[in-house]
Amino acid sequence: MTTSSYYVPESSYFPIVASFGLIGMAAGAGGMINHMSSGGVGYAFPHLVFLVGTLLLAFILFNWFSKVIIESRAGMYSPQMDMSYRWGMGWFIFSEVMFFAAFFGVLLYVRQWAGPWLDGQGDKGSSHMLWPDFDYAWPMFNNPAGADLPGPKAVIDPWHIPLLNTVLLMSSSVTLTIAHHALRAMHRGKTIFWLAVTVILGAIFVYYQVLEYIEAYTELGLTLDSGIYGSTFFMLTGFHGVHVTIGAFILFIMWIRICKGHFTPDQHFGFEAAAWYWHFVDMVWVGLFLFVYIL
Amino acid sequence: MTTATASHDDHGHHGPAKGIMRWVLTTNHKDIGTLYLWFAFTMLLTGGVMALIVRTELFQPGMQLIEPEFYNQMTTMHGLIMVFGAIMPAFVGLANWMVPLMIGAPDMALPRMNNWSFWILPFAFGMLLFTLFTEAGAPNFGWTFYAPLSTTYAPSSVTYFIFGVHMMGISSIMGAINIIVTILNLRAPGMTLMKMPLFVWTWFITAYLLVAVMPVLAGVVTMMLMDIHFGTSFFDAAGGGDPVLFQHVFWFFGHPEVYIMILPAFGIVSQIIPTFARKPLFGYASMVYATSSIAFLSFIVWAHHMFTVGMPLQTELFFMYATMLIAIPTGVKVFNWVSTMFRGSMTFETPMLFALAFVVLFTIGGFSGLMLAIAPADFQYHDTYFVVAHFHYVLVPGALFGIIAGVYYWLPKWTGNYYNEKLGKFHFWMSFIGVNVTFFPMHFVGLAGMPRRIPDYALQFADFNAIATVGAFIFGFSQLIFLFILIKTIRGGEKATDQVWEGAEGLEWTIPSPAPYHTFAEAPHVK
Repeated sequence: MTTSSYYVPESSYFPIVASFGLIGMAAGAGGMINHMSSGGVGYAFPHLVFLVGTLLLAFILFNWFSKVIIESRAGMYSPQMDMSYRWGMGWFIFSEVMFFAAFFGVLLYVRQWAGPWLDGQGDKGSSHMLWPDFDYAWPMFNNPAGADLPGPKAVIDPWHIPLLNTVLLMSSSVTLTIAHHALRAMHRGKTIFWLAVTVILGAIFVYYQVLEYIEAYTELGLTLDSGIYGSTFFMLTGFHGVHVTIGAFILFIMWIRICKGHFTPDQHFGFEAAAWYWHFVDMVWVGLFLFVYIL
Repeated sequence: MTTATASHDDHGHHGPAKGIMRWVLTTNHKDIGTLYLWFAFTMLLTGGVMALIVRTELFQPGMQLIEPEFYNQMTTMHGLIMVFGAIMPAFVGLANWMVPLMIGAPDMALPRMNNWSFWILPFAFGMLLFTLFTEAGAPNFGWTFYAPLSTTYAPSSVTYFIFGVHMMGISSIMGAINIIVTILNLRAPGMTLMKMPLFVWTWFITAYLLVAVMPVLAGVVTMMLMDIHFGTSFFDAAGGGDPVLFQHVFWFFGHPEVYIMILPAFGIVSQIIPTFARKPLFGYASMVYATSSIAFLSFIVWAHHMFTVGMPLQTELFFMYATMLIAIPTGVKVFNWVSTMFRGSMTFETPMLFALAFVVLFTIGGFSGLMLAIAPADFQYHDTYFVVAHFHYVLVPGALFGIIAGVYYWLPKWTGNYYNEKLGKFHFWMSFIGVNVTFFPMHFVGLAGMPRRIPDYALQFADFNAIATVGAFIFGFSQLIFLFILIKTIRGGEKATDQVWEGAEGLEWTIPSPAPYHTFAEAPHVK
């Protein structure tokens, strides 16, 4: 293992411009949200700040990833560099796992402790005195505050859209693996086909997820502000949906790259990283299907 | 905006670019380390001024200087800036400078991302500080931002606070991943894991903690954002949530976070004491295992911050005993430091003085921590100045002294010049006296019942508070001596040898002083 071939890039304008983009997004989003909540109080044109920030960041990320791809294809990366990217991606996914863990932890706490306590059960059942009429049940159709904070009329039936979505995502993991094997065997046409199938399955998943949200909002009264059931439901499935969208987008980029002739049977970490991410998103869904929809 | 990948220089033997853009565009781990360290020092002075405002108000009972609302903003911003702006970036700066030098790597593993990790921070803190000048005022709910203070009753600046925390989180996670990857992948041949210097080991474990808990912080502030602006009920019992849930999620982040702020200091002290005792570190392997144990335990002790919030008895007991377990690996460390010094040929240069003060004063903070760990006793101590005394003892003469010790220790390697030893010792003694005069009396007023985060207090606490304020000013202004020494050393001074310290061992002492812009382009071989 020698480091003399380790590539240390020259100075780069990407990070500083990306930081400007990020602060634009943060300050813009903050301003927009405060505007929304306070009815127009705050600084002028936060939307513009947010838009400019987002475009700047998108522009930089595009160029940054392009440069990494160009450098990689120019043969500037040693196997050791490849290893850095592998470790980096692995630890990034671990950080994502912990992000979802926070929300799953909240769900566990509410169902296992906070809810029953409000109902007068268990060690801290004295909190029942807050709302003596409250009976705990999950899904929580009646919130502790009762009529002041109406709960959902019904919740999503796990055995329709969610089951279908489970099948879709599970299959997409399989098709992605087929594409990966084909890439290793240098069957480019087969890779392109199965990767396209994967992206389409992901897109269908997102489509059904949107349908499910529309049903929840328009028919079931299941909304973000329908109490803790809606809060945990939408935040968990919502962040997962965002991750599916990002993952499908990354896979789509990989599809374009394969069509352009990128990757070799033994050098295709970009593809593998996207695949790791996709399988991670898939595993989160299994957790969601179990703990949010079924149980 | 053209691409800045200049091609006229070859790799390996060119110096830094000229002018300000060197610092803005750099991918060099030494430049980025320097940026982190100066940023941290700026934040230390900023947060320090806020602390002095707080102490000035507390000099006498009654309200004299500021409004209570502003007092709350000062305590909140002081905490946030010191934790996220001063201590953490200072450690990341030291890691950037020293980890590649200590493991024989040419740079950090992901140099461009390294630059981004840094440059996010000035923007994030700029936004946070800017809220001070808005009509709504800065965040005022304490650095722990408990719901519903930080949700239902928060000023509108909380939205910017939330996005600021997100930016700090992105920076920390990228920085931590970079350090982990560098350590795992860029060690010189022969540098096995169990040969790594302890500073590298402690940072490796710290980085793991960062990657594990910063996303949880991101999660909890996101839930706050949703509760405040989008009608969710995470921390609202009326909708089936629970404000106590906020504290659980926050402290699941927060407790590992306090070890994030101390483990690298353990590493620094473990480098310094062997050098100035001229003996190898006693119990190297046990140090590694102790650090790992502390990291593991940090995940199962969080609710000791919440003993009085109303938890089931068995939960109180579990968290009480788990917390006390931490004393064991920490005791191993203190034992090893003392044993390293036993029969050593000790000299007492400034880094060693700060390291010794660290061992003694951190241990005092550890003991008051043990007192707080006892759940029934904590019912008395909770939210008093005893807690303030406890965590300032582990963070100021703990984490901060560790950082200062490290800066003095490595400064000759960075600048090529020795600092002025007389001035260094003067800085040490002023800091040492200042810190104890400030924080030791807080134990007494805390045990007597003075609550924290209140701008006024009962008359019987007046004397100790006056003493603490005097100490705070001594300590605060002593740091200007530090600034003077730093600038003086950068500008010149007695030339440092390559080894710098007679008893120093390790790869970083084999390269010239000052360290060349690029080091270890060819990996050294470690026996």
